[in-house]
Order: sequence, then C-alpha cells, then structure tokens
Amino acid sequence: MHQPATEARPSIYYDYRVFEPWLPSRHPAQTRQRVVIAGSGPAGMVTALELARHGVPSVVVTSELQFSQGSRAIVFTRRSLEILQQVGVAARMSAGGLPWRCGNSYYRGQRVFRMEAPHDPDDRFGPLLNVQQQYLEEYLHDACAAEPLIDFRWGNKVTQVTQRDGHAEVVIDTPEGEYTLQTDWLVAADGGRSGIRSAMELQMEGASYEGFFVIADIEVDLPLPTERLAFFDPEWNPGNTVLMHREPHGIWRVDYQLPEGETPEQALAPESLQARIDAQLAMIGHAGVPWRMDWCSVYSARTLTLPDYVHGSVIFTGDAAHLLPIFGVRGANTGFQDAQSLGWQLAYVVKGLAGRRLLANHSAERVGAAREIIAEAGKSVRFMTPPSRGFRLLRDAVLSLSLRHGFVRPLYHWRTSRPHEYSSSALNSAGDDNALFTAGPAHGAPPQNVRLGPDDYLLDHLGGGFDLLYFTDAPAMPESLQTVIAATRARGVALRVVAVGARQPVAGADLTLADADGHLRERYGVRASGAAYLLRPDQHVCARWLTLDAVRLQAALKSALPA
Amino acid sequence: MSTTDTSLSIAGLETAYDALAEALDRAGPEKSELFLVKLALLSANALADASTFQALLDAAQQDL
Repeated sequence: MHQPATEARPSIYYDYRVFEPWLPSRHPAQTRQRVVIAGSGPAGMVTALELARHGVPSVVVTSELQFSQGSRAIVFTRRSLEILQQVGVAARMSAGGLPWRCGNSYYRGQRVFRMEAPHDPDDRFGPLLNVQQQYLEEYLHDACAAEPLIDFRWGNKVTQVTQRDGHAEVVIDTPEGEYTLQTDWLVAADGGRSGIRSAMELQMEGASYEGFFVIADIEVDLPLPTERLAFFDPEWNPGNTVLMHREPHGIWRVDYQLPEGETPEQALAPESLQARIDAQLAMIGHAGVPWRMDWCSVYSARTLTLPDYVHGSVIFTGDAAHLLPIFGVRGANTGFQDAQSLGWQLAYVVKGLAGRRLLANHSAERVGAAREIIAEAGKSVRFMTPPSRGFRLLRDAVLSLSLRHGFVRPLYHWRTSRPHEYSSSALNSAGDDNALFTAGPAHGAPPQNVRLGPDDYLLDHLGGGFDLLYFTDAPAMPESLQTVIAATRARGVALRVVAVGARQPVAGADLTLADADGHLRERYGVRASGAAYLLRPDQHVCARWLTLDAVRLQAALKSALPA
Repeated sequence: MSTTDTSLSIAGLETAYDALAEALDRAGPEKSELFLVKLALLSANALADASTFQALLDAAQQDL
C-alpha cells in the first residue's frame, strides 16, 4: 500500500498544499485510456497540457500529494517561456519571476569574465527568468485542473508496467491499494531516477562526472543584482567551483563543489553547511550576515541520454529520458522542449492523423537535441569539474592566464540552453525553397518572434496546430491554396492561416497582420508577395517558400504528417 | 616535425633553451606543470593555427 507523506513539506517561502489522493474505490471501473502520464513534474504536466490543446485526453498519475521539495529548477530560458505561453502560464511566471541576463566569473577576487545574454527588441520574453520550481508546478497544475481533458491523480504510484500487444498495462498503487490501468500509450515523465526506465532495464549512453555539488537555498538579504555569479578556486574551497543565483522571495541559491573524497552525507552535515556558506558569504564581502537554510541537496553532473525515447507503448520524456548537467540550465528547459515536441506528435498519432513514424521522428529529434546538449554541456562540465589530471591542469592554466589575457576568457562561457533546430528532421519539406532564403528561421528552427505593437507579438498568434504564414498584399488567399487548406482541415488537421502584409483583412485568412513597416517580412527574409512559412504545432519551421503553390503546400503537409 | 623556413636560428634556439630552463627553475617543481601548460596555451594562441598546434602536440608525444 502506497503511503505518500501527508505532512506539508517545510519551506521558508512556499506554502505547500497537501492534495487529496485519488482513490479507485471512489471512481467507476477504469476503461482503457489513450494516454497515461507517469509523473507530474514540468515535463509531465506540459505534455498533458499540450495533448489537451490538441484534443487528446490524458491521465496524470503522481506518487506524491504535493509539489516537489525545494526550488530545484530555478532558471528558465526565453524559449521555455515561449512554450509556457502556449500552455497559458507564462504571464504568471513573468509576474513572480526575477529577470536577468548577465553572468560573472571570478578568480582570485577579480572578475575575469562577464557575459551578457542578448535581448532582441522583437522578443516578448527576456533571455532568463528565475522562479522556484514549486511555483512553476503550481501554475501548471492550476492549468491542468482547469482542463477537462486532464484527469490528475495525486498519490498514485506506478509500480509495474507490462507491455501488451499494442498497449501497456500499468499497475498503480494508492493509499487504499492497487488498481490497473490499460493504456494505448504510457508517457514516462517520472524524472531522473525513473522507476519505469530502471524496471525496463534501459541503458543510457554518455558520461557521469565524479564531482559532487551541494545545492543549498538560503534566505539572506544581499544587496546584489540578479546575475549569475561563479567563483573558481576560491580560498575556502581550493580547486573547486561555487555558483550563486538570486531567487524570488529573498532566497539565494548557493552551489558549491565538494572536495575530492568527501561523501554527500558529510557535505550535508549541518556544521559543514554552516561553515561553508559562512565562508562563501564572507568571501563576497558579507561576513556575518544572518541567513537561514531552506533546502539543500547533493548533485553530480551527468551527460546521459537514452538512445531512443519510444519503447513499444512507453515513451520517455524529460529527465526520465536524459540526465543533463545543471550548468547552463538544461534540465527543465530541455524538458519543456521534449514535452512540447511529444505533445503534438503523440496527439496526431492518437488521433490517427499520422502513423507511428511521427513518434519515431519525435524520438530522433529529441535524442538529437539531447546529444547536441551533451556535446555542448560536456565542455562546460569539463571546465567546472575537470574529470582528469589533464583537464584540471588546462583549467587551472586558463584561470591563471585569464587574469591578464583576454583570449582565454571566453572559455568561461557557460553555454546557456538554447532550442535545438531540427535541421535534418524527416518532417522538413524536401521540395520547398528553404535554401533560397537569405534570412529568417530555416528548416527545423524555432520561429523568430516579432514585435507587432504594444504587448503584441507574432508568437502570441501562433501554435495549437499548424500555422501557415502567407505573405501577400492581395485581397484574398489564392483559390488553389484555399482548396488545399480546406481539404486539410476536413481531415481533422488544425491549420491556421495568418496573412502578412495587406492593409485590409485577407479573405481566406484567419488573421491578417498589416506589417505596415515591413519589419516582419524583413525578419522572415521575405521580399515579395506569395512567400510563405509552414510552422508545425510546436512552432518549428517545416517548410518555407519564396512562392507558394497548392502542390507544394500539399507536399509539405504530407511530409509533416507521415502516414 | 621537420625544419621549415620559419624555424629559429641556432642562436635563437639556444636563447629559448636557456630562457625556458631558467623559467622552469623559477616556477619550481610545484608550479612547473602549470607554467608549461600556460606557456603551451599562449603559444597556441600566438600560432593562431589549430592544425599546426595539433602537429606540435603529436611531435611532442613521440619518444617520451
């Protein structure tokens, strides 16, 4: 019998609510489900919300009765906010978050590197936003609760998964005992220690690094701006690295690497935490400032991914699919992209609008993204926690040189998470004009946002289905295109048409953007009427044309939804 | 590595030889390695050519 904790978790700043468990005796016998999602972290809930947007119901089962312990993921990227905007929680995130864009690296008391993340005036969201994960989970949960297609079950722990012929049988334990759910698809979003992944004995590829980090959240009043601080080889922790981030509600995150050979248990001993955090605060000029511990944990860097995310009827997503280092904010930020990608591709398969090949494509795209992240993050990890004598010597040489020589300073760059471009996606149209464009987002790229007016941006109008951006100054969409669009919709595929560049509403378009100053056309590399972009439901570009015709639109839609 | 038209003169090589030896002695046994790695990175940057640096790495690894 599963007995989740019913005491509210302790926290200085977050008031945990304990939810009622979902009990099978209070519900009718369970019919076969289309999708069951194991796990209610960011990846699980965004998957559920995306599925619902595409009209697909899901059951979310989560073993606990409350949101996750501690702040966990605290830094969210622009692309994450764009994805969260799609599921309706970006405004709440922005309202309570701390925006920032600068990172500083220190060695021997000298700031040896300062990075400023660029901010394009066409972007609605800033490059980075700090919010504690409990708030994110609360906002996502509120959105799930408001969505009739999502059946959210607290206190439901997956204990066994059996693959049957074309479906999965999931045994779920609750505070009153077990019940079984049959489901066409099981999404394993059960986190980095995924029990489903272990039970299926799936091997991950990649590397684990030895260095341990303490992650501690403290309540402290520091008169410092919201910027990332990294300290290399500080006197109180020789050879190691310390990171600091400001969080909302008077909380600071302090991450520090442990001396070699020290165990996590030793590191989490209260006197050890006290001495080290005091030393760190003293080093930054705030010796003796009062502080209180909110939450702490131990972490080690890993760059691991499953080589395939789809196994029979089970699909892995988020940390259950890959383990990525926190340096560069790649955990939750990658999870959102996984979930957004999975949400629409699974929905289209469930609805019979595409074949299983679409899920193979999802896996290929996201495994590709994870491998790209691993290659990039590996560089940061090797600098932060050198894995061998050679790497340590090189890192130490760079620290020493950086005091006087600018050429090594870019090596401090921590390579922030950025959205993967699905450049070689099977969904990209082969016969379009992608290569002929000289500007604008290319095949597989996420869209370029464009400011249309006060509090009005292009991405506010895109998503939830396929979007056709059609650039025209004509009064109406060409008849032949309208025929293809109508036939596509008749099949059940959501396809919105946004006309760009006409003063009057264009007949046959769902929305017309006048683009009076031509700025949108410029950012999309469009010089003449008749050009178009086709965006997938995750907003990534899958086709673009200098001159669109009905045959090529039909072909692009066919490529994007393989049978 | 064979000699090229940009190699040091014998006198220049002798000067580098002495200067490096004296710098290693000044760095001391504790810091010699760090000093040499810094020197290698500064040299790589001065060379401004990753493939030449790789060839030098390969050459230095021979006959250790």
